[in-house]
Amino acid sequence: MSKIDQANQEAVKKMMMSRPVWVDIGKASEVIPGMKDNLFLHAGPPITWDRMSGPLKGAIIGGLIYEGKAKDTAGANKIAESGEIEFSPCHHYNAVGPMAGVITPSQQVFIIEDMEMGGYTYSNMNEGYGKVLRYGAYDDEVINRLKWLDEVYAAVLKEAVHLAGGIDMKSIIAQALHMGDDAHNRNRATTSLFIRTIAPFIVETEWGKKTDYNAPRLDLSNVSEYFKNNKASAAAEVLAFMHSNDLTSLNAIMAACKSMALAAHGVEHSTVVTTMARNGTDFGIRVSSTGDKWFTAPANVPDGLFFSGFKSSDANRDIGDSVITETVGVGGFAMAAAPAIVNFIGGSPADAFDATNEMYEITVTENNNFNIPAMDFKGTPTGIDVRKVVEKNIVPRINTGIAHKEPGIGQVGAGIVKPPMEMFIDALKELAK
Amino acid sequence: MDTLFNSELKIINIGLEGFAETLKERGTEVMHVRWQPPAMGNDDLLSLLDKLK
Repeated sequence: MSKIDQANQEAVKKMMMSRPVWVDIGKASEVIPGMKDNLFLHAGPPITWDRMSGPLKGAIIGGLIYEGKAKDTAGANKIAESGEIEFSPCHHYNAVGPMAGVITPSQQVFIIEDMEMGGYTYSNMNEGYGKVLRYGAYDDEVINRLKWLDEVYAAVLKEAVHLAGGIDMKSIIAQALHMGDDAHNRNRATTSLFIRTIAPFIVETEWGKKTDYNAPRLDLSNVSEYFKNNKASAAAEVLAFMHSNDLTSLNAIMAACKSMALAAHGVEHSTVVTTMARNGTDFGIRVSSTGDKWFTAPANVPDGLFFSGFKSSDANRDIGDSVITETVGVGGFAMAAAPAIVNFIGGSPADAFDATNEMYEITVTENNNFNIPAMDFKGTPTGIDVRKVVEKNIVPRINTGIAHKEPGIGQVGAGIVKPPMEMFIDALKELAK
Repeated sequence: MDTLFNSELKIINIGLEGFAETLKERGTEVMHVRWQPPAMGNDDLLSLLDKLK
């Protein structure tokens, strides 16, 4: 076995040894090392304000309003253009965020600890569907929901996870693949398991018992009439919100996947991809043995199914850190476990099996934690090898949500997207130096 | 040749899928094998891949 093949075996071994456990929740500026008051994190590789796409700009504008640094769009634009705020990829701080992935200093974040390999990773709270910050929307409804998430939802979950003594995220992903999820675009099972695991502790929290409190309230009457007039306890509201949103678990799942990818990073001679991410303008990858260097190329526009009233010309280029799931062998790589996903992204169940089968062509190993019952419990394809991507001319398969290209609108559909081959070729050139 | 074309054809198509599709449309059973030249046939990329074996 060559030294590169040996290095790749070591990288995927570390990736699969990682044991991410959700241990806490905290304020970004207090728990993410290096986070500061004028720093906003975003999805994907580095980018300047002038090159940001509509949805990312929208999320930055919303973040500035949420932080109280701007009162309106014009004020936020002025601050963003001034250079007063620093922008940096979530990945530079061991964090990840879906879609625009904007994490501001005051936001509460999931804290995931790798109990096997050491270290911490982070992600923000998931806001649900429709008009949300991560898709670039920032009206009063969006800002009010963010306040509820940080001041009530996160407070309850923080107390609950302390009572639980931590939640094993890897176990949730493995079980969810047996229940029809891919752990990226289909999260009904991951979220059900997530709720089932934390619910007993949520109802035990002191915060959760409150019915009358001086913090923002969220209108949950869309979940049930019962929640009208703010009579329910915070615990009941938190559980109702979690139940209303299949993506409740996604951000914590992503942080867990980041933990696995991080474990595989920094192996000398390895050609395994340890980061894939998009900022709505560029797609970027990083490779285990090439340090912090990004290889980037213009992101493609996803193709898929659009919500009523929207069309393909409304779609922004590919955006988000959620492709960290594919980086560690789930998401689009585990589509065969989730044939029902085609209702959401288009295609047929046979396409789901084709997608997974094709990914074995470009990966190092079969995962020993995540497997697919309908494929005789074969491990998911894991550890993307840059050499194989270029040699076979097969790029990683990615499932994704689709954001409107203009700021302030939100999600318009979901589908599939191909990463650009150029960045894998650039990485190959760097590896061959 | 006469024997070949007068018997049931068992066809494996390698590479360009269009040939397989045309045969399928005519009702001929065909198995398609996805294949393309390594590294898109690019000599520079092939030499880089050789260095990284």
